[in-house]
Amino acid sequence: MKNKIIVLLFTLFATITFAQEKNKKITMEVDGKCDMCKERIEKAALGVKGVKYALWDIPSHQLSLIMDERKTDVMIVKTALVEAGHDTKELKATEEAYTAVHPCCKYREDNTDDSIKH
Amino acid sequence: MRNYFLIFLLAPLLGFSQEIIEGQVIDGSTENEGLVGANVYWMDSQIGTITTHEGRFTIPASETFNRLIISYVGFQSDTLSVQDLKAIKHVLRPNNELDEVVVQQEREAVQKTYFSAQNVVNINSAELLKAACCNLSESFETNPAIDVNFSDALTGTKQIQMLGLTSPYLLITQENIPMVRGASQAFGLTFTPGTWVESIQITKGAGSVVNGYESISGQINAELVKPLTDKSLFVNGYFNRNGRMELNTHLNHKINDKWSSGLYIHGNARTQKEDNNDDGFLDAPLANQINIMNRWQYQNAETGWVSFLNFRFLNDEKQVGQVAFDPDDANAIRGFGDTTAFNGNEIWGSEIATRRFDASLKLGYVFPELPYQSMGFQTSYSTHDQESYFGIRRYDINHESVYSNLIFNSIIGDTQNKFKTGLTFAFDGYEELVNTTDFSRDDASIGAFFEYSFEDLEKLSLTAGLRVDSHNRLGTFVTPRFHMRYTPWERGSLRASFGRGKRAANIFAENQQLFATARQIQILDGDGSVYGLDPEDAWNYGVSFLQGFTFLNRPGNLSVDFYKTNFKNQIVVDWENPRAISFYNLDGNSAASSFQIEVNHQVMPRLELRMAYKYYDVHTDYRSGSLQKPLNAQNRFFANLGYSTTVTEKGGQWKFDYTIHNLGKQRLPNTEVNPPEFRLGEYANGYSLMNAQVTKVFSEKFEIYVGGENLSNYRQNSPVLGANDPFGSNFDTSIVFAPIMGRMYYAGFRYKLN
Repeated sequence: MKNKIIVLLFTLFATITFAQEKNKKITMEVDGKCDMCKERIEKAALGVKGVKYALWDIPSHQLSLIMDERKTDVMIVKTALVEAGHDTKELKATEEAYTAVHPCCKYREDNTDDSIKH
Repeated sequence: MRNYFLIFLLAPLLGFSQEIIEGQVIDGSTENEGLVGANVYWMDSQIGTITTHEGRFTIPASETFNRLIISYVGFQSDTLSVQDLKAIKHVLRPNNELDEVVVQQEREAVQKTYFSAQNVVNINSAELLKAACCNLSESFETNPAIDVNFSDALTGTKQIQMLGLTSPYLLITQENIPMVRGASQAFGLTFTPGTWVESIQITKGAGSVVNGYESISGQINAELVKPLTDKSLFVNGYFNRNGRMELNTHLNHKINDKWSSGLYIHGNARTQKEDNNDDGFLDAPLANQINIMNRWQYQNAETGWVSFLNFRFLNDEKQVGQVAFDPDDANAIRGFGDTTAFNGNEIWGSEIATRRFDASLKLGYVFPELPYQSMGFQTSYSTHDQESYFGIRRYDINHESVYSNLIFNSIIGDTQNKFKTGLTFAFDGYEELVNTTDFSRDDASIGAFFEYSFEDLEKLSLTAGLRVDSHNRLGTFVTPRFHMRYTPWERGSLRASFGRGKRAANIFAENQQLFATARQIQILDGDGSVYGLDPEDAWNYGVSFLQGFTFLNRPGNLSVDFYKTNFKNQIVVDWENPRAISFYNLDGNSAASSFQIEVNHQVMPRLELRMAYKYYDVHTDYRSGSLQKPLNAQNRFFANLGYSTTVTEKGGQWKFDYTIHNLGKQRLPNTEVNPPEFRLGEYANGYSLMNAQVTKVFSEKFEIYVGGENLSNYRQNSPVLGANDPFGSNFDTSIVFAPIMGRMYYAGFRYKLN
């Protein structure tokens, strides 16, 4: 009986870890163009509880994340990113949020990498 | 905080007006199982969610948006038109093509470095080339953070100083392994050839707890060239007008993807006797050194392991003293003798022979899945053997040292909150002989540390560290260190720090200039654990402000800092009686304050100007009263001008560099009781020193340089007191406040092959 419970517990844990990883690696595209964007994007992502690591690459526009899936999910992070004014593939920033970003960060007009200038 | 506020604002909206749509997404490949983790979001909106167990989701309904997109990796995305609040059940069809690829990103070679909480100055390789000669002790000439002093009138050794305190109060590390300490304190910096140094990090103030408890006024870390990144062949030759020659060779070889190895050979010699001030004493030592290092570097990006293995052997010999001195001569006095029986033909000389062997291992592991988590282990072994005599005095020291440090780095929650924690073990065995007295001792300590750092990615970062150590002579004690940085506005950076440091003073090794004097050695306390003295214990506090600016369309910065070191106990080194040198525990106050203002600006295109003014107040309660530290200029001015032409297609370039140091008057140790001809007065006059260098780069492979030191030819007139009677009671070579050597020119070349 005891063994069965242990086996059951193990199976249960296995399922949980399979579905919700503690250190899930995710890469997604986020629009932006400069160092200032990078700081804002990473800060917004890290501001989400459960996101442990965020690194946004300027030329590729890829945001690499490590997050605790038990505490958050990708859509919550994307919500935070659009709130900060940065478009993602699924969610788009409101006109107000986009207007609020620094003039040098206006990636919708010109989505090039100009990190050298900033 | 802002999030809570938002929730409060939105709460009424959610409660009254906002409706919710529920639904389920079904995996089309199985037809009935829910699809967990699918994206459900309104097109072009800020509202989205992810399906949970059984593929269920709830999403706030919206009046503005009515096209709901459901997507999942490996499935075809669908866009649904939603008109009312009906529950949705949708089947997603699998797609053979992946529309979103999860990219396994390669680890960054350089982790993002935010503005550090500590006041760190980095000297890179370009800066190091500005002063071509010769070793680590001479690498700070173009940087105002460090002051370079003269240690004595014989060896030409330069002693460095930060915040008004000499190098024993600094923690000097080589790739974060403590290096210049114990027996190597006097000459250790001269044992690292300049070409081996890749960069230097100078931390003003308390420093981190990770590398130990010993640092009081700051830390200096030298990163050496690495087999993987250094040139496959590098040759540097140098010679100067007064007979010093140096040769450096680096050979690096990449064995395979993971292993590289490097062999670094340094040799220097001075065979020519120089006595330009005609005092009968050599102005610079006859010397030769051979210094060989072998490094092995291992790097495996897949497993996350990195490692360094180093071996180093050094043999250094110096001869100083009277020009006529020849160790093999019958009249040469070599470390013993009864002066009362001398007949006047004896010749004063000194030989200092050092042999040193170092071995160190560094192991680092970065968790491949967690770039923010890593583990490091450093261990080193060294044996340092100095045999020397100074006239009739003998000084031998053998210092065997073992150091190990284990560090674990990770985060708390997210990368805004990081920590380092670990354990340190250190052993130092000293066999020390001063004349005929044996001062041998063993020191051992074990400690644990924890350092937390916070970074809000914008305005604030702080580092708070604590370590607890248990040491057989210093006892069990706690070392706290704290650093903070705040950015009040653009390009501005305000820093503050405080911290404690504690150490056992190696009174003889640190003050070797005392041996080349007729002074009587006195230790005036006897109950302590180190030479009868107590451990040194101090607190350092500091604030600094850095402001970047653009002037004439070119960048610049201005920095101001103030630091204060307060000693709870200090081993007072008292030179105030010219017949003696005394060591005793501090009774009263001892504090070092330093103020520095520095401006850097590109005044013209490609012309960089750096200027600094420094003020020191270093006073100690001696038994004879409170006095400023002797041989220390309270006011110092520094300027450096660097100009480089644009690089031609072939890689050719000219580089010009000019440095001026202006030192104010210096208080001299009391010499009032000396006969009139050996009295030096209360102060030495201020003076200026100028250095300049021109480098011609012919191509990426070859460059030559010529330069001059002490261009204004300022010299101390009679650096050796009692030079006519070196075995007499007035003999003293320790009171040195200006260069012994006059104007000096040098030239050299560098050859590099990739």
